[in-house]
Amino acid sequence: MKEGLTLVQRLSAHPDSRCWFVSWSPTGTLLASCGGDKAIRIWGREGDSWVCKSVLQDGHQRTVRKVAWSPCGNYLASASFDATTSIWKKKDDDFESLTVLEGHENEVKCVAWAPSGNLLATCSRDKSVWVWEVDEEDEYECVTVINSHTQDVKHVVWHPTQELLASASYDNNICIYKEDDDDWECRATLQGHTSTVWGLTFDAAGQRLASCSDDRTVKIWKDYSNESGQGDLSWKCICTLSGFHGRTVYDVAWCGLTGAMATACGDDSVRVFKEDEASDPDQPVFSLSAQVSKAHSQDVNCVAWNPKEVGLLASCGDDGEIAIWRFQSED
Amino acid sequence: MSGGSQLENANPVVFQRTGERLQTANDEDEDIHDPIDDREIFDILLSINDPEHPLSLEELNVVEQVRVKVNDAENIVGIEFTPTIPHCSMATLIGLSIKVKLLRSLPERFKIDVQITPGTHASEEAVNKQLADKERVAAALENSSLLEVVNQCLSSRSG
Repeated sequence: MKEGLTLVQRLSAHPDSRCWFVSWSPTGTLLASCGGDKAIRIWGREGDSWVCKSVLQDGHQRTVRKVAWSPCGNYLASASFDATTSIWKKKDDDFESLTVLEGHENEVKCVAWAPSGNLLATCSRDKSVWVWEVDEEDEYECVTVINSHTQDVKHVVWHPTQELLASASYDNNICIYKEDDDDWECRATLQGHTSTVWGLTFDAAGQRLASCSDDRTVKIWKDYSNESGQGDLSWKCICTLSGFHGRTVYDVAWCGLTGAMATACGDDSVRVFKEDEASDPDQPVFSLSAQVSKAHSQDVNCVAWNPKEVGLLASCGDDGEIAIWRFQSED
Repeated sequence: MSGGSQLENANPVVFQRTGERLQTANDEDEDIHDPIDDREIFDILLSINDPEHPLSLEELNVVEQVRVKVNDAENIVGIEFTPTIPHCSMATLIGLSIKVKLLRSLPERFKIDVQITPGTHASEEAVNKQLADKERVAAALENSSLLEVVNQCLSSRSG
């Protein structure tokens, strides 16, 4: 079989609304989605098809913008335009609201769990990034408020192994934070995009970061910080993918299993890029491996690779739908 | 906006409204595919009320048919609007009203780009960026007081 994306299933996930985001549980058996209908839905496989297992309603007063699973898979966090972040605890097949994190002045745009599960990051239109500490009694405490961006912060993502946090903003920049003497500080500002940065993803090893933007490009950044860990961090742009995307690129996802990179675009398309293995690691070459032009009937907002099943990709869009794809690679 | 508050532009130039659209025989024939054209989009926009004056965006020349660009086959609608003065603080609200009117009127397949006519506003770039950010637009429309102001701009004027 040739390289390509084949549709496995299409789900009407958030009808008459938009589906903003999807997130796979760490075991890859559940998919959480959220949207403009203020609801969160949990999807699971039954036989050959994906079905809705539960609906989490009444947790938020406004749009639910992002959802994130804890690394253990027992908790789900949801970020909402209602300025709160909700923590849900999985109980058998259902979820109960555990706590609500308040503090941001307005819309919370993203939430992400650190790999240890002990830290949580949130960001907001109020330009700040908050880091929360989680203790064994399920208590959450804000340990830092960082104001390194001058505008709306769109996305936060943790490094896959280290306690290193990256954020993307409407101010066109990316900030990278590290803890220093109990205080989180911005240790590198990545400049290069010419408009809003919407999404970020680390590669499996955490040595590279991909960013996507309203400037219709995807940029790959590489860590050149000195090994001693002293001083400021140094990340440099080593590759720009331009000319592929017709409108804003809303999300980018690096597959932890294969290294394939998927993008979600406002031109309704889902694309998969692969790195040319023979290319120089300091000047990598990425080529378009697969593309579905009408992946959704409206903007595609998110792409997510299943963490366990190779080639299984979920996307969602303004049409309120989730699409599950299988990416077949030649090699 | 009405009442005691001082208007930013107290005496705007008022322009003559365009005539009614001429109906052709083909318009009546339902078997003929009728792509959405510039005039049709303009017809949707011309009656939007200015937030400050008891006048429509057409009467203030904020919207003009020549600044409407439609590509029906590619599902793209591009609008340029011209604030009456370069420091008009209502520019974002006017742009938002245009965007909302089109979102409500057009099939969902359309990508709608609303921008300020180049060189006609002091904060052109900032306003354009805000109007292009669908997350900010979505959040703004969940704000009930802002939505009410937008709806006032979009309501049909009585009397």
